[in-house]
Amino acid sequence: MSKKNDSDWDIIITSKPNLFKLELNEIWKYRDLIFIFVKRDIISIYKQTILGPIWFLFGPLFTVFTYTFIFGEIAKISTDGLPGPLFYVSGTLLWNYFQGCFNGTSTVFSANAAVFGKVYFPRLVVPISLIISNLLKLGLQFLTYLFFYIYYRSTGKYNFIELNSTIAYIPLLILLLAGLGLGLGLIVSSLTSKYRDLTMIVGVFMTLVMYASPIMYPISSIPEIYKPYLSINPISPIIEAFRYAFTSTGIFEINGLIYSCIFTFVALIIGVFVFNKTEKTFMDTI
Amino acid sequence: MEAVIQVEDVSKQYRLGVVNSKTFKEDVQRKFYKIVRGTDPYLEQGSENDRSTKSTTNFSWSLKDINFEINQGDIVGIVGNNGAGKSTLLKILSRVTTPTSGTVRIKGRVASLLEVGTGFHPELTGKENIFLNGAIMGMSKYEIESKLDEIIEFAGVERYIDTPVKRYSSGMYVRLAFAVAAHLEPEILIVDEVLAVGDIEFQKKCLGKMKDVSSHGRTVIFVSHNIAAIRSFCDKGIYLKNGKIEAQGSMDEVLKIYLESNADMTLSGEYKKENLEGKSVELVAAKVCKERGELLNIFEISENIHIFLEINNLNQLPGVYGYIQVVNSEEDVFIESDSKDFGDNIVEKFEIGLNSVELTISKYVLPIGNYKLYVSFASMYSNHNTWSIDCPGYVLEFSVIDSQTIRGANRRANTSHILYWKKNVR
Repeated sequence: MSKKNDSDWDIIITSKPNLFKLELNEIWKYRDLIFIFVKRDIISIYKQTILGPIWFLFGPLFTVFTYTFIFGEIAKISTDGLPGPLFYVSGTLLWNYFQGCFNGTSTVFSANAAVFGKVYFPRLVVPISLIISNLLKLGLQFLTYLFFYIYYRSTGKYNFIELNSTIAYIPLLILLLAGLGLGLGLIVSSLTSKYRDLTMIVGVFMTLVMYASPIMYPISSIPEIYKPYLSINPISPIIEAFRYAFTSTGIFEINGLIYSCIFTFVALIIGVFVFNKTEKTFMDTI
Repeated sequence: MEAVIQVEDVSKQYRLGVVNSKTFKEDVQRKFYKIVRGTDPYLEQGSENDRSTKSTTNFSWSLKDINFEINQGDIVGIVGNNGAGKSTLLKILSRVTTPTSGTVRIKGRVASLLEVGTGFHPELTGKENIFLNGAIMGMSKYEIESKLDEIIEFAGVERYIDTPVKRYSSGMYVRLAFAVAAHLEPEILIVDEVLAVGDIEFQKKCLGKMKDVSSHGRTVIFVSHNIAAIRSFCDKGIYLKNGKIEAQGSMDEVLKIYLESNADMTLSGEYKKENLEGKSVELVAAKVCKERGELLNIFEISENIHIFLEINNLNQLPGVYGYIQVVNSEEDVFIESDSKDFGDNIVEKFEIGLNSVELTISKYVLPIGNYKLYVSFASMYSNHNTWSIDCPGYVLEFSVIDSQTIRGANRRANTSHILYWKKNVR
């Protein structure tokens, strides 16, 4: 056998993968694939429909009307003085974005087993494309928020609603939700590729987190004694900050956001680590 | 020649059985031993991968200590029986899974075709799927765009290109899928048994395209059970058996070893009936032999094929005659013969008890391929329900190879008749 340095070869396949390597240049090489996956995810949903992408607006609108009726009209839960639809739509959109990223990422192995088993490409391409396609959906659904926002502003009854300088945080908030969804999703996807026990509780746990997030109620309405427990949830400060940025109501807590940042960062590090470990051999165990 | 693939001591262990709480216990033990003693107890376990025998441990080596090198421009055929580790090897080379131990080094861009149409989405149109599949295979958008017309033409589905592929016939689907694959231009192409699909015309087109690819100095690794395709296409070969390399070298040599070691396993050149049913005329045994009675069912085209039939005759039935057919694996009939072909029917004149019949198929008649022998006995005076007297059907198989002429397996003729070119002296 010819003796050549490892550096003479383009690809070296061994049993011991580098667990912290992100292979960002590999992913960059496959950027076309990311965009095609995004396109596929978006297009395939509204194929054979007449209204097309408009259907993306239907889900959140319906949820918002339900919430307005149940939590606003019947249960009369506080909305920090905001009109119901405007309050609920912000929480719902952000939650949907987080949930879309998380659900897609956490089932990435089982949903793509057929493709992963036949051809190599950096596996992270799939979660990344999911985050982007969900972002596009979020952008589209943001139109509903804008609609309610402009509508209630124009009625003249809600003059306290106004943008403030914390709007500059919006990109960070979206990035945090994406990072949380991705990081937690990667962890769950790796933990469930071999033993699927965890999938049984993930659904229940997500519902729990949803109710522990200020989607149907503002943080200000939580009794003082429960606040410490609910502040464990890294999603709460994000949703509150989003509302504050657009309406100047609610709580903008910089400490809470720092906590969310740290939480997201740790989740991403652990996620990438376990994902890299699982990715190499998951075809044998799934 | 420069090596572009180097496989060094590659092994792959698989766990048999289902994943449950017991495997969890083993996993925990494994981690524990790794931390405490630094070794993995289960890597010392594991038996050779023989599909048909029951394993004593839960671990099995799908590949064990594989070493080889492939040079640039080689076209390598990998042969072996089902479960020999061929697909596992291809999966490791195409980075779908990693080896349990050992190292693979690759130079150049690899495209693997373990399946055609990977990632095709039924709701997307033909054109959208070309982009999707191409990108999954590692092509850039620009590359696909520049070849789009060529791909559509190669697939021959222009009319349907803006229709979702869920409306395609399965043939059209495969054509489109292969067309994308055929236009990949990697330095190394890894192809698993994908030619088994599509019609004959399309298969030929694909083989031609693959030859094209290889003539541009690219390296091809090809797994197939289609001996004829592999023989005509590959110049080097690797024979895997139960996860180990049994032979490697020139394709013809490897194929010879592979075919001979398989002669008794997959194709049986012998037939024996254990329990006689007491029919008037009954086939007891059959075999194919070489000239000197050697029992081997692989024949060169230059060898006569001797078929022996042992028939038990209970009573002399008037009008009874024997019938045989020799068909190839596509069930095309090459030889059809009745014992009454010339009026002188020896089956009718059998003695009571065992009778032996010899049939000889002359050399240079059957082209290379795999054949089955069909035998039946019937009566000319057909009485509605006794028309067929004994019909054992396909009783044995044999194959005809050509390792002697230059054209060899590339000869497309329907007979193996060889002409001698003589200079005419006037």
